[in-house]
This record gives sequence, C-alpha cells and structure tokens, in this order.
Amino acid sequence: MALDLSLRHRRLSRSTGGDLVIFTMLAAGAAFMAMPMVYTISNAFKPLNELFIYPPQFLVRHPTMDNFNDLFVLMAKSWVPVSRYFFNSLFIVAAGTAGNVVFGSLCAYALSKHSFPGKRVFNELILLSLMFAGAVLLIPHYLTISYLGWMNTYAAIIVPAWAMTLGVFLMRNFIDAMVHDTLLEAARMDGANEFDCYWRIAMPIVKPAWLTLIILAFQSLWGNQGSLYLYAEQLKPLPYALGQIVGGGIGRAGAAAAVTVILMIVPITVFVINQSQIVQTMGTSGITGE
Amino acid sequence: MSTAAPVVTGTGVEPTFREKMADLWAQMKAHKVSYLFIAPFGILFFIFTVLPILVSFGLSFTYFNMVQPPQWVGWENYLRMFLSDDVFLIAVKNTLLFAVITGPVSYLLCFVFAWLINELKPKLRAFLTLLFYAPSISANAYLVWRFLFDGDTYGWINGQLLYWGIIDRPIQWLIDPTWMMPIVIMVTLWMSLGVSFLTFIAGLQGIDPMYYEAAAIDGVKNRWQELWFVTLPMMRPYLMFGAIIAITQSFTATQSIQALTGPTPTDWATWTIVQHMQDHATARYEMGYASAMAVLLFFAMVFMQKMVQRLLKKVG
Repeated sequence: MALDLSLRHRRLSRSTGGDLVIFTMLAAGAAFMAMPMVYTISNAFKPLNELFIYPPQFLVRHPTMDNFNDLFVLMAKSWVPVSRYFFNSLFIVAAGTAGNVVFGSLCAYALSKHSFPGKRVFNELILLSLMFAGAVLLIPHYLTISYLGWMNTYAAIIVPAWAMTLGVFLMRNFIDAMVHDTLLEAARMDGANEFDCYWRIAMPIVKPAWLTLIILAFQSLWGNQGSLYLYAEQLKPLPYALGQIVGGGIGRAGAAAAVTVILMIVPITVFVINQSQIVQTMGTSGITGE
Repeated sequence: MSTAAPVVTGTGVEPTFREKMADLWAQMKAHKVSYLFIAPFGILFFIFTVLPILVSFGLSFTYFNMVQPPQWVGWENYLRMFLSDDVFLIAVKNTLLFAVITGPVSYLLCFVFAWLINELKPKLRAFLTLLFYAPSISANAYLVWRFLFDGDTYGWINGQLLYWGIIDRPIQWLIDPTWMMPIVIMVTLWMSLGVSFLTFIAGLQGIDPMYYEAAAIDGVKNRWQELWFVTLPMMRPYLMFGAIIAITQSFTATQSIQALTGPTPTDWATWTIVQHMQDHATARYEMGYASAMAVLLFFAMVFMQKMVQRLLKKVG
C-alpha cells in the first residue's frame, strides 16, 4: 500500500506550494473540528470551582477525577444496576448492526448484480424512501410495533434497524462501483452458486463499504434512547440512563461533563478499530477487483 | 431461462394479458434466487418504511387527531399551509435558507476534505479522518456548542469577549434572532463531515492507482487535472450518494437545531418545516396536517434530487 502511494506521488508532479496550501487548509480545518471536543474533555476534568470560574477557561488548570467519581457514586445509587443498562445498549447495538449489514448487503448484491422483474421499481423505492421525513412516520410505526406485540421488547428497536434503508443504498453503490461482472461470471463458470458469489467474492471486495456501514448503524443505534418503545426500566439503554442521572440541574454539571465524554468514547473506539481495518484492506481490494 | 415460458402460438398477435402474466410469472420463477436475497430486507422495508409512508400519503387528505377515526377533507390541509398558516411560511423560508447554505457547503466540505486527506500518508490520514469525523461520531456532540455559546457570562465566548472588552454585556447568542440562524448553520456545517465524508474516503481509496499512472502517461500534469479527469469520473456513484445525503440532511435537520435554540425559538428564527411538522404531529395531534407537510417536503426533495442528478452527469 505504502509502496503504491509513494510511486504515485513520484510519478505525478506535486508542487511544494500545493502541498503547503493543502497542509494549511487541513490544519485549520482540524483545529476548528477539534476545538469543542477538546473543550468537552477538558471540562470533564475540571473541578467544580473551575467549571464556574470567570472568565471561563478553555483548558483545565488542575485536572481532577472528581466528576467521574461523582458520576460513579450516582450510578451506584441507581435502582437498576448500570451494568444492566450497558448490556441493553450492547445487545441492541450488536444485534441491530449485524442484521442491518447482513440483510442490507444481501439485498444490495441482488439489486446490483441480478436482473429480475421489479428490480428498477425496488431501487427507485429505496431512493425515494430516503426523501421522506421520518417524524410523521412515528405514529404508523408505533401502531405497527404495538400491533406486532413488540412493545417493551428489544425487538421494537432491533428489527426496524435491520431495515434501515441507508445501508442498502450505500452497499449497492459500492457493489456497483467495485465488483466487476467478469469476476462473478468467472466464479459461476467454476461452479460457484450465487451465495458463494455474494459471500466469497463480492463481500471481501467491498469490505470498506460494510466497515463504513457498521460505523453508521452502530452510531444510529448507540444514540437511540428507545424511550418510545421501552418503558421497563431494566430494558433501557445506557445513554438514557446516564441522561437521567445527570438531569438533576446545575449541581450535577460536573457529572454531566463526564457523561458526555463517556458516551463519546465508545463510538470513537469502535471507529478507530474499524478504520484501521479499512486502511489495511484498501491496497488489495481495488486490484483483486480487476 | 425461458423454458417455462409459454410459447406464443399466434402469428404476430399481441400476447393477451393472461399470457403476459404467465410470462412474468415464469421470469420471476427463473429468478427466485434473487428474490430470496431480497426477501429479508424487502419484507421489513415494506412493513417499516413503505407501508407507513403510504399511510401518511392517505392521511394527508384527512383530519386525524389520533382519537377519532380520520375524516376526509380533500385538499384542505394543503391549502391551509399556504393560505392560513403564517408560521408555516416562516418555516419554509428558514428551511430553504438553511438547506441552500448547508446542503452544498457540507457536500463540498465532505469532498474537499476527503480528497485532501487522501493525499496524505496512511498514518496521518487515519488520524485526520478521526479528527474530522469526531463531531458526528457522538450523537449529541452539538451540545458542546451550548457550553461555548451560553448566553450568560459563563459561556466561553461571552466570557472572552467581555474579558477583552469587546462587548460590555453578554450576548444572548441562542435567543437573539440576529445570531440564531448563523450559529445553527455553523454548527451544522461543523457536524456535516459524516456519512458522505466516510463514503468519499472509502471510495477514493478504492480507486486503483493504475488509473493515475495511466493518466500521467496520457499527459495529465497536475493534481487539478487529475482530479477532473480521473478522480471525479471514478467517484460518480459515491458523489450521487453524497448528494442525496446532503439533500435529506439539509432539509430535515432538527435535533441539532432544537438542542441549540430550544423547542420554541425566538420569533421562529430557526423554525423549520420538520419542526413545524413535529409540533403538529406530537403536540397538537393534527396528524393529517403534519402528513401533508411531509408529503410536500418529500416532493421538494425529490425535485432537488432530480436536479442534482442532472448536474452530476456533467461532472468529469
């Protein structure tokens, strides 16, 4: 991979001036993106008197773990153990993401590489459904869930997540662009069935696509508080529980700052692991596709 | 493939409806594997997306308060929006202003930063990807800006401005209509390097270096030519994807707006169509009217998408 890149850079003229401009733009952009993030993290380590100091300080002067300790004390007082909330979140996110990626990519593969009656209509429906504002769908959606008898179960959050349209749309675009028909035909000649073509050929090539989809599905489920469908306290996810704990006004401002950081750490960790996978596979994927 | 298809015996006679159906059925049977691939997603998609949308289309012609059964009112909901709902017109104006700025700018930002980052060495690239994506990774990262723009003296920006003597009393950033929309737009752009940005990065890295080498031999001299003649044409499927994301996000952004300027913004300064719709659906129990707004917004977005599709065909 690194070899490929350096080759490319040597071949094409890259002016030093251009490099400088790019670097400056990126640095400015990065500073703007990072600033509020730094502020949040810094806030989480501020003692209470620094949180309310005048003029407000951007960075922490005397870092302390007080806010986190306060938060853990508050968590320990919680009626349902926090580990249960954590399990709920983990289960909902894992099951929802897995289903979305598997079902979405199966469907996207057929929509991209097969031709059958109804394909065009289905593709168009998927595109159009992305344009419909979700808020009015809440009521029909709610009625469906209650009709199915899924109120107050994990299924109310997980199963609809399997049908998140964005995933199919994303996967189909990548399969269109990266998986060449000739490769699939060759495999079929060698006796591969359609499932083999999907699982052993298409999916490894579009690894960057489903890695990206995992991040997106993970994120949308991680932020889902499920308050409309889960009303038993022991079924509720972590973000909801933490939100309740720190919802107690200004006295809990420190703990609230700590919560923001904790809720941010999980997706960021997933993202870092996930992206390092993309960087590893990128070099080969384009070439095997030929 | 068509062994099961009926043989049309007549001489050049148009096939009857029954024959057409039989032919279609035979074709569908021949492709049953494809339907198996689609079924799991397709069924759920129909139940949780298509069906609710169809119901909303129907409800948009009714008065429905969720207690009594819907009453047919024809086009009344649609007429009401434009003839007797002043707040809706403000919402339309705000939505258009918001979408016209955040849509194209966020789209460009996604592409430009993805492209610039792609020019870097892998390790630096991974780090910068994280940094740029970080704001959209946490579901409520926009809350960060509330600390910064707090209206009292404890808000960081007010604190600094007061300290340096630039202002003599705190500015109510999120309550004063002069500042609300610009701040909301800025925060939205800050959060906009999300789905499309990641897609562009993955797409850019999927382009085989071979194409660049071939282009260099064919006389492509600098990175601008390379961008126009190689990168953009190769990126077209992803560009279309990004455009659709930009359209839907810029027309329907609400969460971040509400978190910043509150559920009832001063003088409706940041009130958008989707907020108006949510208000009628969940607070006023006027589902029919809310559905009509969703339908209207849907057609506006489809129109935008068709325009952008035309435009993108000319790229590269």
